[in-house]
Parts: sequence; C-alpha cells; structure tokens
Amino acid sequence: MSAHSQTLLLFGGVGTILIVASLIAWWLARRHPPGVPSPVIENLTQRIKAWWIMVAVLALAFAVGRNAVIALFAFASFAALREFATLLPTRRGDHWALAALFFIVLPAQYILIFSNWYGLYSIFIPVYAFLFLPIVAALRGDTSHFMERIADVQWAGMIAIFCVSHVPALLTLNIPGYEGRNLLLIAFLVFVVQISDVLQYVWGKLFGEHKIAPRLSPSKTVEGFIGGVVSATAIGAGLWWITPFSPLQAGAMALVVTLMGFMGGLVMSAVKRDRGVKDWGQMIEGHGGMLDRLDSVIFAAPIFFHLTRYFFAVPG
Amino acid sequence: MKALLETLAAQAVCGFAWLVTGVRANWIGCVPEKRCRVYFANHNSHGDFVLIWSVLPRALRAATRPVAGADYWLKDAPRRFLGARVFRAVLIERDADKRTGDPVAQMAEAIDRGDSLILFPEGTRNTTETRLLPFKSGLYHLAAQRPNIECVPVWIENLNRVLPKGERVPVPLLCSVSFGTPIIIEPDEPKDAFLHRARDGLLAIAPRDAAPTPPDLT
Repeated sequence: MSAHSQTLLLFGGVGTILIVASLIAWWLARRHPPGVPSPVIENLTQRIKAWWIMVAVLALAFAVGRNAVIALFAFASFAALREFATLLPTRRGDHWALAALFFIVLPAQYILIFSNWYGLYSIFIPVYAFLFLPIVAALRGDTSHFMERIADVQWAGMIAIFCVSHVPALLTLNIPGYEGRNLLLIAFLVFVVQISDVLQYVWGKLFGEHKIAPRLSPSKTVEGFIGGVVSATAIGAGLWWITPFSPLQAGAMALVVTLMGFMGGLVMSAVKRDRGVKDWGQMIEGHGGMLDRLDSVIFAAPIFFHLTRYFFAVPG
Repeated sequence: MKALLETLAAQAVCGFAWLVTGVRANWIGCVPEKRCRVYFANHNSHGDFVLIWSVLPRALRAATRPVAGADYWLKDAPRRFLGARVFRAVLIERDADKRTGDPVAQMAEAIDRGDSLILFPEGTRNTTETRLLPFKSGLYHLAAQRPNIECVPVWIENLNRVLPKGERVPVPLLCSVSFGTPIIIEPDEPKDAFLHRARDGLLAIAPRDAAPTPPDLT
C-alpha cells in the first residue's frame, strides 16, 4: 500500500472515531433532562468539536506536505511558548531573553529542522541557547532572583520549542525501506499519544476510583491510567503497518510514548499548580490552551525521535 | 477605495493584536450591546485602546472611538491615518494651558452623535507599582453633562508585560480584557463619590495575581 493510501486510511479511521464520538455525545445530551445544565456533557461536546478542527488542520497540513507540517508545528511552538511565558514570574530584566526566545531561537530551530541539520538542531537549544540566554539576561544587570528567572526562561525554550520541534524532526530521519513515508511516523506518534489521553479519560470516567496523583491532577485515576496505556499500546501495535516497525516493536514504541505522555501530563500539571492555574490558556475550546493538548506530546516526542533514530535510521 | 483601505488597516491591527497577545474578552458585568457607553480602563501601554477596540464585536467597534492625546496622534502621517481614519479618535489637547478646545465638550459631542468612547481616566500611562493612579475628573464631568450614559469599567491585564516602558520589541504574552458592571451617575452625586465608585468598579474586575511577581529593584 502506498504512503498516500495509508494516510487516507488513517485519517478515515480518525474521522470514523470522531463521528462515533459525536453521535455518543449527541445521544448523551439528548438523554439528559432538559433545563438541567451538565458541565461534563457540555465539555465533552466542546472537546469533540475542537478535535474535529484539530484533525482538519493536521489533515490539511499533511495534504500540503512536509513544509506545511514543519510550519504548523512552528506555530504550535509559538502558541505554547506564549502560554508558558505568560505564566512565568519574569521581570523587565528578562525582556530581551524572552524576545530572543520568540524571535531568534524559535525561528532558528525550525529553519535548522527544515534544512535537515541534525548535528545542530539537536544541540542548538540545550547548548547554544542555554548559554546565550543567561548572557543576555546578565547584560541587563538585574540580579535579583537571577537563577530562578533564567531557569524559567530556559525551561520555556526546552519545553515549548525544543521538545515540540522533535515532532517535525521525524521528517529528517533516513530510514531504509521507509523513504518518502516519514509523515506517517508523525501520524503514528501524535495518534498514539492523543488516543492514549482520550482512552485514559474514557476509562477513568467509566471505571475510575483510585486517584493516582490527587495533588497534581484530581482527574487521573489508576484505572484510567492502566486501561488507557494498555489499550493505546494495543492500538499502536495494530498500526505497525504505517511504521517501519514490526508489530511487536510498534507496540513497544507505543508503550514508551504513552508512558512518557502520561508523565508529561503530570509534570505539566505540577507546573500549572505551582503557578495557580487550571489551564494554560483558552485557545482550544473545551481543552484549554495549546500546552494542555501538547503536554504529553512534548514529553514523548524527543524520546520517540531518538529511539527511532538509534534503532532504525541510517545517517544521511 | 479609501474605505476599503481603512477596513483593511482595522483588520490588520486587530489581527496583529491577536497574534501578539491572543487577547480574550471576559464580559463579566455586562454584555456587548449597541448603545452609548463610555468604556474606562486602566492605562499601562500605548496599545491599551487597540486591545479594547479589537475585542469589541465589529458592529460596536465601528461606533466606538478612543479618546487620545492630540500631541501623540498628530505627530506623523501614519499616525494621523490610523488615529483619524481607522480608529476615528477623539483627539484632545492634553496641555491645559495651551489648549483651545474643551475636551469634555468634544467628548459630549461625540456621544450626542451616537458614538461610544474609550477613556483612560488616569490621564497618563501608569508605570508605577500601584494598580491604579488617581482618576482625573474628566470622566465625572462627562457623566454629569450626559447623565444617562453607562460608564463601563474595563480592566486590561498583562499588556504592560508585553511592552514594558522603554522597550521597543514586544514580547508575545497572553492578555485579557474584562468588562465590569456599568456605572450610571446618580442625581447630584458629588465628584469624589462618583470617581470613587468608578475606581472600585474597575478594581473589582482586576484579577488577583496567583503568584506575585517579585518587585523590580530598578
């Protein structure tokens, strides 16, 4: 099967899932007594609607091709960085460092990915930006809380730019026998991580009893976690035909990315609790901000990228 | 042709404001309504009224004019185009000694024509650590001359961090614009009582900092 028909089949499958989900939400809303507000059903309907839009945008980028996908994730990085920076307790002395993140580091990272320069894009932010940002901040001369402030800015760069950029970086991998199909690797990663989030939510809502981390995220339960990880791993294994992996390898990869995704959700919840907010933003109706949707992808993408690169790709 | 250019410029300004600030409107104490209003807001940045203006529904935006300093908006051609044609600003002379027109009369005239106004009662940009500077009396005089008008408190959050005073490059950060409960002047209400009420109405919708920023030493 060609990469083209595999992509169509995958998006067709996602569309079918969304149609079923929309029907279930419609049926739940109809069964609900009228006049009594139900925040859960309302939120569910909003979430599904937002999923339609997100899937449509992704499908459009896939249809246009490689460069559109890179541009889409550059925009996602921008939105994520804007949300992250908004919640940082930065001061005037950080203004240049923040401006450098937005207007130098972010475009540079995506240009490096666009030009296939693995040797530089994989160390550009952890090495060069890591050293350059505190220099810029130090030149402003404000020393109070310097360590905390610069660590915040460095974190913003790693989370919102570096980690997110490892999704489109999958396009630069040279995998023998998989030429011209790297977009499907992105589809695999994003689909497995997101379906795992959705399934954790569904399993948790149906059978959830024991809270897994009540202080971080009251909605996450042991039942949701196990059910979500097991079923998402099985789905990942079943998608081996769009990847360069065997069914067993695809299952193992799916297990790694769902676990990383879960941990990412926990870590980002801890950051939100610390900053005293429930959501990162309001960009995506029903979900919160860009970071609320991307938190699990952010933690899964770099690991998935390096595992795939180490075990399956050749230099080139 | 000219009208098209003005519409395009207005759309471009709103698009730019969204790209930088992702601005959201919170209608807390009232709903967007096509009626004569004075929106009065906290003032930290040159972009303040653009942000209010861009979150208003398009029909209201066309009939809402910012009150702004003539010295700033008449300085050069691009500013004159934006100020006079796109925002249709009511330009007042800020220097009380040199001015020829009466600012309150100018504002009242705009209201009589059916327009709403955006006003910054602090009179100047607040660059201090306090949340609000003392209000100037213009808002009171306007309300006393046109007593039916609704004064809507508007709190702009975070824009001062986007472009702190003295910086040239804006940093994109999320901003919000909150609209509070409208205030209408009571018969014979004294100036201080009215301004006090207006100030309280504005502070009532200012979000509390979840984790306060450490104070600047500079």
